Amino acid sequence: MTAEDSSIEALGALADPVRRALYRHVADAPQETGRDAAAAAVGVSRSLAAFHLDKLVDAGLLTTSYRRPAGRGGPGAGRPAKLYRRADTEIAVALPPRAYGEAGRLLAEVVERAGLDQELQAAARTAGAERRPSDLPAALRERGYAPYRDGEVLRLRNCPFHALADEFPALVCGMNLALLQGLAGEEWAPVMDPGADGCCVSFTRCEPRDDGRREV
Amino acid sequence: MTTPRLTAPAPGHHLAQVNVGRTVAALDSPELAGFVGQLAEINALAERSPGFVWRMVDEAGADATGLRPDRDDDLLQVNCSVWESVEALRAYVYRSDHLRVLARRREWFHRPTEAHQAMWWVPAGHRPTLDEAMSRLATLRTHGPGPDAFTFRDL
Repeated sequence: MTAEDSSIEALGALADPVRRALYRHVADAPQETGRDAAAAAVGVSRSLAAFHLDKLVDAGLLTTSYRRPAGRGGPGAGRPAKLYRRADTEIAVALPPRAYGEAGRLLAEVVERAGLDQELQAAARTAGAERRPSDLPAALRERGYAPYRDGEVLRLRNCPFHALADEFPALVCGMNLALLQGLAGEEWAPVMDPGADGCCVSFTRCEPRDDGRREV
Repeated sequence: MTTPRLTAPAPGHHLAQVNVGRTVAALDSPELAGFVGQLAEINALAERSPGFVWRMVDEAGADATGLRPDRDDDLLQVNCSVWESVEALRAYVYRSDHLRVLARRREWFHRPTEAHQAMWWVPAGHRPTLDEAMSRLATLRTHGPGPDAFTFRDL
């Protein structure tokens, strides 16, 4: 089986709409997800959710861990719950084959060596501003950032440039911040806010300028 | 790579790192004000980061801006510090507010024309001197990455 065969096989596991909904729920969740929560989110029974979640694990799209619910332990605490999270493996299939990732890596290498950070950031800011959406969270979801609310902060569960950002962090994270600055309108202010994983940018709400009402 | 296990130090060792950068203007110029204004904050962040051990300072004691790694080049700045592990250093450099400063590096520093950073293992408690740090950088420039001098990209 070729690498392309394996990728297509893994993606084939997502053909079922219920399974796809479960995958999306787990992949976008800020934390590991249990069977009950996933079942409730998708609107299916716990046993059906469990069946599909385990199929996604078999396909290599999700991984599992076992943990007791917080605050419970010792004898009588029951069995630890099976928790699911998105696997780290990246699966990409392009038909016909395309190698934009490789092109991106080579371009990044050259831009890094040439020290063109500021030129890249200016281009990214312009590209973002040209496509500025009316609904930023929806646009971020569509671009694969998997946004979620954390109190008043909008955080991004996924970095769409992950492998490149890992290899050229200063260059690519700077580019990403500039892109998001361009996309964000008056309502949201992007800031560099790197955590242990996910995207290094988060958004805080800006105070509206006219009516004097504080949003936060 | 002929040098496996760069990431795993012998027991009782810490990771030393040095990097140099040539500023686009003098430190007291308006061009560098944005950088100089964040220096104290970013050094304080390093000191309270998990796995931080030590950083090199000049005689004034606040930062390393008074050190001259090249006597003939007043614009060449040096940074040298010791960490408990590669992961501790990586988390500070790339997954903390330091990244905010790093993303603006080309506003303040010329692009490097040769290797500008090096890492190596030191016995815990050892404090590298400026000469030692610069000689590790020279090793990397002359011989390429190896156990005596390597970078994040060699791991």
